[in-house]
Amino acid sequence: MSTNQPTPTFDLDGRWTLHEQVSIRPERFGALLYHFGTRRLSFLKSPTLLAVVQSLDSQPTAREACLSAGVPSAELPSYRTALAALAASNTICERGS
Amino acid sequence: MTVTTMPLVEQFQFGLDAPICLTWELTYACNLSCVHCLSSSGRRDPRELSTAECKGVINELERMQVFYVNIGGGEPTVRSDFWELVDYATEHHVGVKFSTNGIKISPEVARRLAGSDYVDVQISLDGATAEVNDAVRGQGSYDTALRAMQNLADAGFTGFKISVVMTRQNVDQLDAFKAIADRFNAQLRITRLRPSGRGADVWDELHPTAAQQRVLYDWLVVHGEGVLTGDSFFHLAAFGDALPGLNLCGAGRVVCLIDPVGDVYACPFAIHDTFLAGNVRSPGGFQQVWQHSELFTELRRPQTGGACHSCSAFDSCRGGCMAAKFFTGLPLDGPDPECVKGHGELALARIASGAAPKPSLDHSHRGKSERRPIALTLGRNAGGNRAPVSACNENPLANFASVAGAN
Amino acid sequence: MAQAATDLIDESTADAVDEDLVEDVLVEEVSIDGMCGVY
Repeated sequence: MSTNQPTPTFDLDGRWTLHEQVSIRPERFGALLYHFGTRRLSFLKSPTLLAVVQSLDSQPTAREACLSAGVPSAELPSYRTALAALAASNTICERGS
Repeated sequence: MTVTTMPLVEQFQFGLDAPICLTWELTYACNLSCVHCLSSSGRRDPRELSTAECKGVINELERMQVFYVNIGGGEPTVRSDFWELVDYATEHHVGVKFSTNGIKISPEVARRLAGSDYVDVQISLDGATAEVNDAVRGQGSYDTALRAMQNLADAGFTGFKISVVMTRQNVDQLDAFKAIADRFNAQLRITRLRPSGRGADVWDELHPTAAQQRVLYDWLVVHGEGVLTGDSFFHLAAFGDALPGLNLCGAGRVVCLIDPVGDVYACPFAIHDTFLAGNVRSPGGFQQVWQHSELFTELRRPQTGGACHSCSAFDSCRGGCMAAKFFTGLPLDGPDPECVKGHGELALARIASGAAPKPSLDHSHRGKSERRPIALTLGRNAGGNRAPVSACNENPLANFASVAGAN
Repeated sequence: MAQAATDLIDESTADAVDEDLVEDVLVEEVSIDGMCGVY
């Protein structure tokens, strides 16, 4: 993994949703995600991140999904980076576009 | 502050609640008799799971949220309920990837397949020319495979897989295989030969030489972008940079096999009582076996690496392939028979001939010699002057010596 | 051979350093193709 934080282009205040071709399977340390379109497998290494992803659809913004999942504000940058990675792989996408 | 996250490799070693890459051999019946068949297929087994039982397994997979199942055999498409089962799986949120020799992939079938996002196809091919391919898979099999590929391409199915087992006879055809894949807009997949099933009988003469392993590794480093490997070459990671993928044995931890009679084995290359975890017909079905069988629980204990632990390459190669060790008679806590550092070669030399375990099952066709591929002939070596090493040659460096003389 | 061993040592040192400087990565893409499955 790189030592530079990529400048997050991820919009925490945007409305996000899980891509419809993505299947999630909770595991004891997080979750496995499989994208049927890209055939890529990803791993969420935190149950909290799983909760965030699962609530994206029902929360007004990604930021609120994080807060409602119990992400402390000090950890928000980590979660933003994680969400950016998921957006980059098309696992999550912006709603209503 | 931050959650402790273990590297993925370590997480996987302890097992998952459901397999990721489950292989399901639907039948032992096959129209071919490939010399290296890992499941010794040919004749159907009378105890094979019924259509209803297969649907029961699919229901379980759906409950366990298995993403996709890799279906094979034998030749899965010769089962009369094959398409019914594929549809049932995709309707129940289980993706299907199936492996075939192409015999049933007609233009119409290809069109149907092209229309589904949840079905993937893999055509087997072991030679870029009919000469090389048919020596392993039988006369006419090259034509059958290419015809299937053409039908898929014509139907607009891009990205189907062409899967090749790397052998001594086809390592020099790597570029040609890539060209075939490019021609059909398919994805090339190369995998490792294991001494499993009938593979045990031809292992000595077919497995790549040490020099060829290096050629293979180098080729993957240069051309491997977009080429799948079945995660089967992690033993080559000891040459240098690890190849992409999870470099460890997933048997019983990330993968397993359900065989045509419902037996669950740790891995498709390990069809032997030693690696039999249970049967889906038992109470609790597949889930019970996957989550609670003694064998899988044992495999999910931390592995120390045994004799390999002190080798500098161990972190990369993780001791190699369990099935390859088992069926060559090597101890599981020692080197892989194809250890790139040569440790396996030395260990093999100490094994009495005939001492290696035999596969537990054999569904090979009997007696119909015209079905069998022509006995493997010599002379596909590029140099033309490389004599094959006799299986009786006990010199552990025999392969090295014979290769040294060639260009 | 010696070089390969050195490379391995350098690599693992680099990884250790990375882990100290960067927060834990919460998402990891897994490159899996059958995991030694046949298909």
